[in-house]
Amino acid sequence: MALNWFKFASPASFYPIAGRLVPVFWALTIVLLAVGLYWGFFETVDQLGGNNPQKEYYRIIFIHVPAAWMSMWLYVVLVGWAAIGLVFNTRLSFMMANAVAPTGAIFTFLALWTGAFWGRPSWGTYWDWDPRLTSELALFFLYIGYIALHSAIDDTRRADRAAGLLAIVGLVMVPVIFWSINCPDPNQCAALHQRSNLMRIEGNILFSMLVMTFAFWMYSFATGFMRLRSIILTREADSTWVQEILNKENRA
Amino acid sequence: MLRVFWTILKRDLTLAMRRRTDVLTTLFFFVIVISLFPLGVGTEHKVLEILGPGVVWVAALLASMLALERLFAADYEDGTLEQMLLTAQPLSLLVLAKIAAHWILTGLPLVLIAPLVGMQYHLSDTAIGIMMLSLLLGTPVLSLVGAIGAALTLGLRGGGILLSLLILPLYIPVLVYGSGAVQVSSIAITDTQPYLALLGAFLLVAMVFAPVASAAALRISLE
Repeated sequence: MALNWFKFASPASFYPIAGRLVPVFWALTIVLLAVGLYWGFFETVDQLGGNNPQKEYYRIIFIHVPAAWMSMWLYVVLVGWAAIGLVFNTRLSFMMANAVAPTGAIFTFLALWTGAFWGRPSWGTYWDWDPRLTSELALFFLYIGYIALHSAIDDTRRADRAAGLLAIVGLVMVPVIFWSINCPDPNQCAALHQRSNLMRIEGNILFSMLVMTFAFWMYSFATGFMRLRSIILTREADSTWVQEILNKENRA
Repeated sequence: MLRVFWTILKRDLTLAMRRRTDVLTTLFFFVIVISLFPLGVGTEHKVLEILGPGVVWVAALLASMLALERLFAADYEDGTLEQMLLTAQPLSLLVLAKIAAHWILTGLPLVLIAPLVGMQYHLSDTAIGIMMLSLLLGTPVLSLVGAIGAALTLGLRGGGILLSLLILPLYIPVLVYGSGAVQVSSIAITDTQPYLALLGAFLLVAMVFAPVASAAALRISLE
């Protein structure tokens, strides 16, 4: 069977599919959120650690870590779509990149914000120039730069390509952020974050953290596709199939 | 191929020499920003010694960023840039020549004036030496990476302020290791080696990839 990879690369054929997928992803988001939050609140221990335990507030981890993961992952997704768009010259890929950017920026902000509230009780400070915090802040600036450059250029084609290229250049920062938490020699970098090691996390905490990550991921799909549909409609406003949809809705 | 490089380099330098104030403005901006800090934070020796490396590096970042706007702007306005795009020679080579000229005009003067501003901050002789070395390795990276942003924002309204938003986050590693080298030099001069090695590595990577990326950005902007 010959598979036509580009069939769904046309906005007109992907628009209805995205419309059908949005409720599915919302349902998955809600279910996973419910499970993750229930598990995180009621099936995990009340405090962590021995002498100076982290009390209830350690549960911020269920928002903080998934948000930080998604902030990095969505940037990679954004760059991936931008690269595909630059190589194959497909309009939909750039629209995807565009649809992902605000969600990624929000997750980056959420990771920083929740981190500040976690840092206050456990480290005694909202902010410190720990490598992880600094590089996450840089990632936030990269998202903002992408969105700003895109909105500054009126010509859509140029905006897509220019912002896409910028995103690709910014990709050099992602490995830095990813490895900033696992500094090879802790004595060399003054880091407040402890090194991450998924194997050492207690089972229930790990479970709800991973469920929350999937919930955030599904949420990204849902909001991404919703935004994608609006972008498609805006950009294809002059085409006949959009006019037909609008006419149908007007009649209804 | 090399002849094209030299021709462009010579052309850009000649053009800049005809309008010397442009070059001097960047330099004086650098000096003024650095001179303002002691007026704001107080003139205590100890404080200035600690702040010095960081202030000089941040000022270098801002100065080279402000100068970036002019990198392609003049050639864009009179159509020279379009002719460059149409030539048979690889565009990235022409861009590299333009970046080299830009660095000689805006980056090199900052390196040369560094001892003077270092003295304003009571830095030791070794610290000043390391600062010059780190600026010598770091400012070309700023020009190279900045060229990508300058090419992307070519001819946009509010290009300057947008450029800073795009480029400054990418400057962070250079700032960290550039000022880090100077700070470490006060403890042990041998400790500066990894910092300088990393700056050199940034320079090599930027030299390979930045001209290609800027050329691609120019093609997008002039389509």
